[in-house]
This record gives sequence, C-alpha cells and structure tokens, in this order.
Amino acid sequence: MFSNPDLQKLVFGRLTWDAIPLHDPILIVTFIGVVLGGTALLGAITYFRFWGVLWREWFTSVDHKKIGIMYIILALVMLLRGFSDALLMRSQQAIAFGANEGYLPPHHYDQIFTAHGVIMIFFVAMPLVTGLMNYVVPLQIGARDVAFPFLNNFSFWMTVSGAATVMVSLFVGEFARTGWLAMPPLSGAEYSPGVGVDYYIWALQIAGIGTLLSGINLIATIIKMRAPGMTMMKMPIFVWSALCTNVLIVAAFPILTAVLALLSMDRYVGTHFFTNDLGGNPMMYVNLIWIWGHPEVYILILPAFGVFSEIVSTYSSKRLFGYASMVYALVVITILAYLVWLHHFFTMGSGASVNSFFGITTMIISIPTGAKIFNWLFTMYRGRIRFEVPMLWTLGFMVTFVIGGMTGVLLAVPPADFVLHNSLFLVAHFHNVIIGGVLFGMFAGITYWYPKAFGYKLDPFWGKVSFWFWLSGFYVAFMPLYLLGLMGVTRRLNRIEDPSLQVWFVIAGLGAVLILFGILSFMMTLFVSYRRREELRDVSGDPWHGRTLEWSTSSPPPDYNFAFTPVIHDYDAWWDMKRRGYERPREGYRSIHMPKNTGTGVILGALSTVFSFAVIWYMWPLAALAITGIVVVAIVHTFNYNRDTTIPAETVVSVEAQHTRMLAAAQA
Amino acid sequence: MMIPDRMPSRLSRAIILAPLAVVFGGLLSGCNVVSMNPSGDVAVQQRDLILASTGLMLLIIVPVIALTLLFAWRYRHTNTEATYDPDWHHSTQLEVVIWAAPLAIVIALGALTWISTHLLDPYRPLGRLDRNRPIPADVKPITVEVVALDWKWLFFYPDQGIATVNELAAPVDVPINFKLTSASVMNTFFIPALAGQIYTMAGMETKLHAVINKPGVFNGFSGNYSGSGFSKMNFKFHGLADRSEFDRWVGKIKSEGKPLGREEYIALEKPSEAEPVRYFGTVDPGLYKAILNMCAYPGKMCMSEMMNIDARGGAGKNSQANRTRLEYDNRHGQQGDEAPGATFPASGRESRSDEKPEGVKSGGSREEPSKADPHKGHGHHDHGGSAPAQLNN
Repeated sequence: MFSNPDLQKLVFGRLTWDAIPLHDPILIVTFIGVVLGGTALLGAITYFRFWGVLWREWFTSVDHKKIGIMYIILALVMLLRGFSDALLMRSQQAIAFGANEGYLPPHHYDQIFTAHGVIMIFFVAMPLVTGLMNYVVPLQIGARDVAFPFLNNFSFWMTVSGAATVMVSLFVGEFARTGWLAMPPLSGAEYSPGVGVDYYIWALQIAGIGTLLSGINLIATIIKMRAPGMTMMKMPIFVWSALCTNVLIVAAFPILTAVLALLSMDRYVGTHFFTNDLGGNPMMYVNLIWIWGHPEVYILILPAFGVFSEIVSTYSSKRLFGYASMVYALVVITILAYLVWLHHFFTMGSGASVNSFFGITTMIISIPTGAKIFNWLFTMYRGRIRFEVPMLWTLGFMVTFVIGGMTGVLLAVPPADFVLHNSLFLVAHFHNVIIGGVLFGMFAGITYWYPKAFGYKLDPFWGKVSFWFWLSGFYVAFMPLYLLGLMGVTRRLNRIEDPSLQVWFVIAGLGAVLILFGILSFMMTLFVSYRRREELRDVSGDPWHGRTLEWSTSSPPPDYNFAFTPVIHDYDAWWDMKRRGYERPREGYRSIHMPKNTGTGVILGALSTVFSFAVIWYMWPLAALAITGIVVVAIVHTFNYNRDTTIPAETVVSVEAQHTRMLAAAQA
Repeated sequence: MMIPDRMPSRLSRAIILAPLAVVFGGLLSGCNVVSMNPSGDVAVQQRDLILASTGLMLLIIVPVIALTLLFAWRYRHTNTEATYDPDWHHSTQLEVVIWAAPLAIVIALGALTWISTHLLDPYRPLGRLDRNRPIPADVKPITVEVVALDWKWLFFYPDQGIATVNELAAPVDVPINFKLTSASVMNTFFIPALAGQIYTMAGMETKLHAVINKPGVFNGFSGNYSGSGFSKMNFKFHGLADRSEFDRWVGKIKSEGKPLGREEYIALEKPSEAEPVRYFGTVDPGLYKAILNMCAYPGKMCMSEMMNIDARGGAGKNSQANRTRLEYDNRHGQQGDEAPGATFPASGRESRSDEKPEGVKSGGSREEPSKADPHKGHGHHDHGGSAPAQLNN
C-alpha cells in the first residue's frame, strides 16, 4: 500500500493484508460462494435493468409495506448465515471428543458461537419482528403509513448497516470471541485486544439506533394514527403486542447503547468502567446488559404472541376469547419484563433474599403468559379450525412453548439455576422459546400475511413440509441438549472430554440437519409459490376470511392502503364490517397526500458502515470523513422541503376500479 | 436425632416425585445424569427441588398440551357435529380459573423458592450432613481457597499449608468451606455431583458451602466461557473415604510437592491449557490474599491497601503515583503473552490462522513451574511484544 509506515498507519490504521483470511478453507469457499453469488445477483439485476426499479421503488421507499418486506428479506438472508454457524458448531461438537480436537480450533470456534448468537438475535429475530410490525400495524389500524416515514427508511438502513458490519468481519479481520453479550473483563481492552469486540460493539450500536428509532416511530403511529372509532380497547391484539414491544424497545435499547458506549470507552480511551483494576467493576456490565437483555426477549416474543392471537381467531373462525384479559396480560408482561433481569446471574453471589425476589418475579410472568395460552385454547374451543399452514405453526408453538416455559420457570428457581446455569439445559431452554415461540410465530405470520403482501398464497404442501421439518428438527436437536445439561455439560465447549456423550451430540447434529431441510423447504415454498402464483392468486384481498382491517384492502394493498379512512365500530373491525353488509365505496375518490421517497436513508446507512469500519480499524481520517459526511447529509436532508407527493384522484380511481373488477371476477 | 424435613414435606415429595421418578428414572437410567444422581447433600437437595418444581409445573403443563391437541382435533373444520359458537368470547368464571390456576402454582412454587433459596444459599454454612444426620459438634470443616487461572484451577488448603493444581480432595461427610476468586476473567466453579456453581471473579471473593457424602472421583470444571483454553479447564474432585485417607493425601502432597511462592505463581498464572495435576508442599501463606487483592506480582499495590487509603479520605493528587502499581489487567500485554480473547491483529497471527497461540500451548511441555522464568516467559516469542497495544497501553 504505502511505502511510508507512518502514512500507512495513518490511513489504514491497523488494517493489513494479513486481515484477509486467505488460508482458511471454510472462509475461502464461503468467500468464493459469496463473490460468485453476489456477481450473479448483481449481473442479473444489471441485465434485467432492475437497478432503477430497486432504487426508486425499494431502497429509497418510505412505504411501510416495502420497508417491512425488506426487513424480512434481510432477516432471511441473515438466517442463512446464522444457521451456517449453527451447523458448524453442531458438527464440531459431534466429532470433538477426547483426543479428537475436531476441525475448528478454539480461536475460530469461539468466533462462530459469538456470531451465531449476535446474528440470530439482532439480525434475524429483530428484523423479522420489526418487519412484520412495520408491514401489518398501519394496515391494521387503518393508516396510510407510519408516523415518520423517512425515519422508518433510515431505521431500516441502519439495521442493514449493522448487519453489513458483522458480515464484513467474516472476511476482513476477525469477530469477537466472547459470547453474544461480550461480558467483560473478557471483552475488555486487555483480555480481548484486536478488532473482534470492536466489530461487535459498532455493529450493535448502529443497528441499535435503527431499532430504537423504529420503536419510537411505531409507538407514535399506534398512539396517533388509528382510524376514527378505534379506541385502544378496539385495537387488534397484534397492534397491542406491537405497542407493548415498542414501549419495551424504547425503554430498553438506550441501556444497551449506554453500556456498549461505556465498554467502547474502556477499549478506546482507557477508562475503567468494567475492568478488574483501578476501580472498574465487570459485574456492573453484567447487570446493565441484562437490564436491556431481559426485556429484549419479551421484545421478541410479544409480537409472536400477537401473531398467534390473530391466527387462532382467524382459522377458528371465532372471535378471540378474552380480549381484555389478553390485553392486560400483555401489559403485565411488559411491566414485569423490567423486574426479572437478575435471574441471569443468580450464581454471582447475590443474597438469598435478592435471588428469591427475582426468582419469584420471574415466575409471576408465567401467570399472564399462562393466561394467554388458555385464551388461545378457549378461542379454539367451539370454533371451526382450518388447519392451514399458519395454524399448524400455531399449534406447534402451543405445545412446544409450554415446555420451554416450564424449563424457564425451573431456571427461575435460584438453587435449581445453580445447577443449570450456563449449561446446555439453558441453551436448550432459550432455543425452545426462541425457535418454538419467536421463529414459529414469525413463520406463521409470514405465511399468514404473504398473500396480502404479494397477492398470492404460499404453496401449502411445501409450507407443511417446512413446518414438520422445523418441528421435528427442533425436538431432535434440542431435547438431547436438555439431557446433556442435566448431565452437567456446559455451553460453549469446543471439545468434550467424555466420549460416552458423543451419541447425544450426534443426535443433536441430526436435528440441525432436519432444521436445514426445514429452511430449504421454506425456500422451496417461496420458489414453488412464485411459479404457481396464478393458481394461488388471491383476488378477494381476504383469502382467510380475516377479521382485521388489512383484509379489507386489495392484495397487495395500494400504495395509499385505504382510499377512504375506515370508521371503526367494533373490535375485529373487518369482521364487523362484513357482518353488517359493508359496501365498498365506488366513487367520490380524492387525491391522496403521501410522503415522498428519499435516498437519504441509504446514504446515511452507507456512511455509517464506512464510519464503523474506520473506527474498528483505527482509520481515523476516514472515520472523521465519514462522521462529517453523516452530519452534513443529515443537515442537508432537513433542508429538503420537497418531501411530499400527491397521488392524483384519477390514479386512485383507476386503482380502485381494478380492485372492483377483481372482486367482481372473484364473485362470479 | 432426626432433622426436621426441609421443603417439600415427605408427603408432598412422595406425591410429586413418584411419577417423575418413574419417567425420569426410566428415561435416564441408561446414562450418567449427574445432576439427577448427585453425591453431595447440597446437590441432592437441588435435585429434589428441580424434581418438585417440575412436578408442580407439570400439573398445569400436561393438561394444557392435552387440551391443545384435544381441542384442535375436536373442533377441526371437518367435524360438523361439534358445537360452533363464533361469538362466544367471554366467560368470567372461566377467566377467573385461567388466571387463578397458574397463580396457585406460582404461589406454591414461590413459597418453595423463598425457602429453598435461603436454605441453599451458597454463603450459608451447612446445617446438616444429609437428610438424616446433623453436623457433629466436633467436626472441623475443610477450608479451600479456589483461584481460577487461565485455564486451570489452583486450590489452596490454608489449614494444611498445601496447594494443588487441577486436583481437589475432601473427606466424605466433612463440610467444605470454599472461598473463591479469579486471577483473570470470570469463570464458574462447578462440581455437579457436589453442589451448584458459583462465579469466580478477580478482586472479589465468593463463597460456597458443600459436603460430599459418597467416596468417588467426580468431575469439576468451569461453567462460564473464559477464552481459548476454556474447554480443557477441568479437574477431578476426590471424595475420600475418611479423614485418615485425606491426611494421607495431604501427607503425600507435603512430601512430593514443590514450593509455591510468588515467583512460581507468576509462572503458573500465565495462560496455559490442559495443565497436569501439580502439588505444592509448602505455600507462601499470604499468596491467596495477594491474588485476591490483585497484588501477587512484584511492585503491585494491594487493593485492600488502596481501599484503606480511600477509606481514610484518599491520597488526593498523590494517588497518581500509585496508578501504575494498581494496574493489573495489562500484564498479558506487558509480558508478551497472548490475551485470552485476542483477535486479529492483536493475536499476532494472520486472521483465522490455525497456528496455536504462543503461551496457550498445553502445559505438558513445562511441567516444572519453577523452571519457567517469569521474565522470559515460556516457549519462544516470535511475536513477543507484538501483543499490541490497544490505545490505552
């Protein structure tokens, strides 16, 4: 690069050619795959002249529906990465026994389990949840977009920027080897020097900004933009779950931001917040990160609860049992989510009374959660249950989640936790609730709302294949881990001493293969459904005999969602409208005022990625340039007064006329 | 004398545990599920608690799963004979039951939790040897001071004046008082057959009380990930048949063991994995306290000393002079040892290199701790000093 070492250091910081892992066959193959796949994709986009469409209609879009879909695409792409990490771990643990060291040395293996956790939580589960809320909430409350459409686009690109930062660590330098919460003192400057933890910090900081802003956005949307007549207690239950989740996000994510900022000060400027020496206290980090970390699990699960509530009611063709009780349960969970965090470190020597307090508050959460399960149960009671794919995911969830809930309450009993803390039992527990709860919920939600988003249903055969692989794969992969935990096997082991345990790890590995088939079948579902889209076409806009407002629009909905803002009289607004013989208005359309697309979010996201890369590698001039760029672009954007557009009445008329024709064709 | 039974009472235990014993016993009899079949009284009580809590929760979990499957089947779309009531969505009585049933379970479980958490508080001295035996008045507990090092365990027996690496022993039916700390990052000290785990943290002391009731050799390890050598941070815990056998074990260490002073400790403390068992027959009596206060290295000020200065109002600007004497975490960097979590470029190797880090090679190559010169380190240091430098060095 430069012959002058000082100049080289000034410009490139600690980045050298050695940062590219040219000798690791796993990474080289991955890299070649990414390059070939990426080139093919970019080539295809160029060949089919999609760049303009992508930029104008998607990247710069402020339409909540498109942003929601992009979040979900991001999550599914990252799922492939996170799941590859899972396969690497499972295969290492299936072979590394006794003298056999396996194929992944600790240095590499430790980065893999860290990346797996970080990616699955922050870049799979979070974008799935945010994406679904983004897509569904405005439609369910009869709004035309979210409260702050540009902010929404910006939030999305910050999340992408964080994800990109994690992905870059795969090919330039290394990722943290600390576990997904980067606990100090291990993650501090002295025990984890190098770029690994810095990649971790900046990926999460940038994505965290996106998450926080999107939380604020959705709260404002739900509070201020409901259709007339939709009082709080007439909101669909998914909207309630989204409200609770976003309240949790807004209250919890600043803690994550603050604690990571303190850790980065320890690492970058030599403060001693979390060091062993000079007055630092690593336990403070553990405490703070879990004050964010525990609400985070409710941030993930509450929207899934919302999805299941919608689905149970729709496919049982019956009103949700105990709506008010469902709402109170959500609110109680939201509040209690802040009163339980200490159960993550019962074993750090807190007194018995403190431990019991947090153990019992944790158990109390199981009361509203149990009430919700019963409410779903009694929604099915005296219903007419159609076993469409989303309903299968829901039933799979109900059976699986209660097992995860039970092991969770068990872990909340402090003396039991002394035995099970940090064990594979714990690993099995949180996969039980995150796969069996969040992931099943998100797959259920995607399958449920897919016809709304794309105008055709997902192929039920491949959907069922995917469901059964996921369900059986989950049990085969994680039940052995429960058992191994009881045998005293701890988590994050690179190699296991006792060869008699190998059989259980091999079974768990087979379970992971079943889940792989589940993922492949899901991709197959998307592919087959696209091929058969004409057969699967939904012309009615209401393919499942839905109950909430989104089903009153065409599939996919027009850009403006609703030509006329609906007026709400009852809970299950669309069901109520259908029952009262609602007639779509055919005339009187007016032009509609909508926000205008802008590229600012993409630019800010790209600059943020450059900034984080520069800061990670100590490229100070580049970092200064990037941060200046961010500030300038942000300021320039505030002078952009050309941020509205009007959809003329004629366009509305023709769009609505087409919907009318399709409805008529459907009835004929 | 009979010790009054702790929670749960005999009767409820029998009711709850009987079906569980059948299920778990049948399922797990084929393999060694140590948490379900422990050998120390504390772990036995923890096992009972796990089973009792699971039993209590199954009272609600089993009906829920059964009802889910039953309702799904009974109210399937094709079964037109089942009642269909699309507007039935509220029933006050049912709602009361729905909230009250989990509440009842949680009240029972909460009571169990409160009592057991206090009784099994690791800081609380033991009240009994096992369910039927109190602690005899004349029995003197064994004290063990535990230090988690990268990546091995150092055990001090202050009353016996010995120390060991990666081997722990205690006679059966004698209470053991553990005091634990770490010389580096966090670990947890865990012998599943004996008692639950507790964290070891630098500059802090945690406590654990336990007793082993059956002789045997049991696995011990760290439960909390601590860097490269974590997977091999194992040791054996020997439950010895009686006090005289323990005395023989102590005698063997006294006669075979090497001395353990500051210099030997500094060599030992360097990161290494899969360390063989080592015995130390004579031990610097202030060493454990020095490790706990992060001042085992020459020239360091003990934390207790600084705290004492602070308690008396602090030394003001003069404290600056103490700063380098209080720096502790930076020792890897200064000595050219690779830090436990180092990544590129601080690891001094190419990104994701398969090369084993210097200083983390297996302990077998340097069994004699006294031979290792703390200033030269061990092995060769091609990358010596390359352990580089975060900004605050």
